[in-house]
Amino acid sequence: MSVVPMQYGLLLAAVLFALGTLGVLMRRNIIFMLMSIEIMLNAAGLAFIAAGSRWGQADGQIMFILILALAAAEVSVGLALILQLYRRLATLDADVASRMRG
Amino acid sequence: MLALLALVPALPLAGFAILFASAGSLPRRWIAAIGIGSVGISTILAFIVSAAFLAAPRPYREVVWRWIAVAGFNPDIGFYLDALSLVMMLVVSFVSFLIHLYSAEFMAEDEGYSRYFAYMNLFVASMLVLVLADNLLLLYLGWEGVGLCSYLLIGFWYRDPANGLAARKAFVVTRTGDTAMTIGLLVLFTHLGTLQIQPLMQRAAASWPAGSGLAIAAAGLLLGGALGKSAQLPLQTWLPDAMAGPTPVSALIHAATMVTAGVYLIARTHVLFELAPPVQAAVAVIGALTLLLASFSALNQTDLKRILAYSTISQIGYMFLALGVGAWTAAIFHLMTHAFFKALLFLAAGVVIQRLHEEHDILLMGGLWRRLPLAFWSFLIGSAALAALPFIDAGFYSKDLILWDAWNSGPYGPWFWAAGIVGAFVTAIYIFRAVFVVFFGPVKAEPAGHIGYQVAIPLMVLSALALGGGFVELPGYLGDVPAFSGLLSAALPVPPALRAATAAPSLEGVLVGIGAVVPVLGAAVAFVTVLHRPVFVTRLVEASAGVALQRFWAAGWGFDWFYDRTLTRPFVWLARLNRADIVDAFYTGIAWLSEAGYRLLSRSQTGQVRWYAAGIAFGSATLVILAVFA
Repeated sequence: MSVVPMQYGLLLAAVLFALGTLGVLMRRNIIFMLMSIEIMLNAAGLAFIAAGSRWGQADGQIMFILILALAAAEVSVGLALILQLYRRLATLDADVASRMRG
Repeated sequence: MLALLALVPALPLAGFAILFASAGSLPRRWIAAIGIGSVGISTILAFIVSAAFLAAPRPYREVVWRWIAVAGFNPDIGFYLDALSLVMMLVVSFVSFLIHLYSAEFMAEDEGYSRYFAYMNLFVASMLVLVLADNLLLLYLGWEGVGLCSYLLIGFWYRDPANGLAARKAFVVTRTGDTAMTIGLLVLFTHLGTLQIQPLMQRAAASWPAGSGLAIAAAGLLLGGALGKSAQLPLQTWLPDAMAGPTPVSALIHAATMVTAGVYLIARTHVLFELAPPVQAAVAVIGALTLLLASFSALNQTDLKRILAYSTISQIGYMFLALGVGAWTAAIFHLMTHAFFKALLFLAAGVVIQRLHEEHDILLMGGLWRRLPLAFWSFLIGSAALAALPFIDAGFYSKDLILWDAWNSGPYGPWFWAAGIVGAFVTAIYIFRAVFVVFFGPVKAEPAGHIGYQVAIPLMVLSALALGGGFVELPGYLGDVPAFSGLLSAALPVPPALRAATAAPSLEGVLVGIGAVVPVLGAAVAFVTVLHRPVFVTRLVEASAGVALQRFWAAGWGFDWFYDRTLTRPFVWLARLNRADIVDAFYTGIAWLSEAGYRLLSRSQTGQVRWYAAGIAFGSATLVILAVFA
């Protein structure tokens, strides 16, 4: 049974994380920003899985379950906020919601 | 009967309270009744108290209540009656009463009738408190009350800014002296432990040797206060400007209240001044200088009231000269006769000015003696007394006494005497110049209106007093009636130097002769230069030196100019420089700094969620890099 080396897994996780970060920073549509955050969370989860399989420990998988639960909660709250935002401003552009400018 | 003493100052105070509280809502008849009545009854009470005192002349002290009681500092609201305060009380209340009576008619057309009488009553009350006070703190209360009232009354016609300026000047200049006096009171209290005048004088005499530093300091500081109130060199500049008030106010300030306060203060604390010979010498020198300076200034005034103002400064100078040589009785005697004739002069001048529609310039008056006979005779009698024309008037006897005592006062006596004689000569010239210009010559303006009895009675009574008031003290060569000095001898003992000095009778005859001839000579000079041969004066005035001298004297020897340059302007300059308070710069700096920081930080709060996310990403990346590579 050939084993995928840990480095590949971690590299993929890093690339995904960077893509997610760029998405959060560059996207103006707030739904895409939320999706990018999901990508970042999953990248972190992938890194845990890769590390867990390298050392044959269950801890990585436990952490992934934790992240999944966190992501689910985050999405429910985030979607509710997006819904409110859309109702109030009739747009999904995050830059428009800048009323808290100092 | 003596127990009525406290009512003497209390009644005018009550009159003030009523008039002040009613705030002009009373009918005019009532206002006059309250204003005059309170002072009138107070005068009657003063006479009753005086009669009781003279029946058994012992100093009488009456404590109304304890004013303050703090750790050994226990001044009372207490009144002290001895011969000195008796004379002052009678002069102040009686002359004030006549001036009030005069005012009732004189001010009848004025819209501030109630305010006027309220201030006048407070003025009289303050002055009576001042002269009757048994401790220096209560005296100081009256002293400041007098200063306040002079401010209020000089600026009585407050709609003209010039009057307000004159009032502020009077207040600030006298305040300069008052500050010195306050410090003097503190010195006396801290070193002698009481402010009650009689024990204070005894303790001073017991614990300070003559000429000791503390005695000199205390007497010098009290002298500062007296100089301010009595308008003596170098604080005399406020008095000529104080003419901005109504004429009866000038009469009150000059005759009965205010300017005589300094003379009274020195006479009251004469023990202290005897302990400080340098200060006492300074009093005499200041008096001699002031009387000369002011009389020369009076020569060149064209405003009738300013002539009288300078004459007051000059006459107070005589009193200071007398105080300085230790002739306490002579000073108080002159104070009394001066009160009579100066009130008379002002009230007569007031009639002239009002009847000529507020004309103050004597050069625009003339030939009024037929038109205004009562004012003319009153002014003439007042002038005769002021110039000390021999034998017929009160001013001669008091001035003669001062000159005689000045001559006897020691090695410098003849110099003081000479200053007094020169002053008397100039006095006769300037006052008779005014008489001749105003009342003789061609008629230049027709008077209007008429004089009622309320103006006529004070003029006649004061005329009688200006003529006869001197007969209470006649010198040895004229029947020797020492009633006045006999009365005052207990309160103001004659210093040994003066008692011992008895110049030869032949010398006294010569001195009296000179003193009698000089005023007549001055009046004759005035007659020649004003009426007979005006060409002398025109020639003198046309010469360039004459013009310069005339302008210099008319401006009061440039004292106003000097103070303006050395005090007022630098102060105004500093104030302007510091308009935006230099100390505040530090605090506004702190405020500016925090505001700038706030602007900077608020710039970072864009409200754009992506910027915040970028901040977080950048920050965590930095931390990771630091953790891994550093």
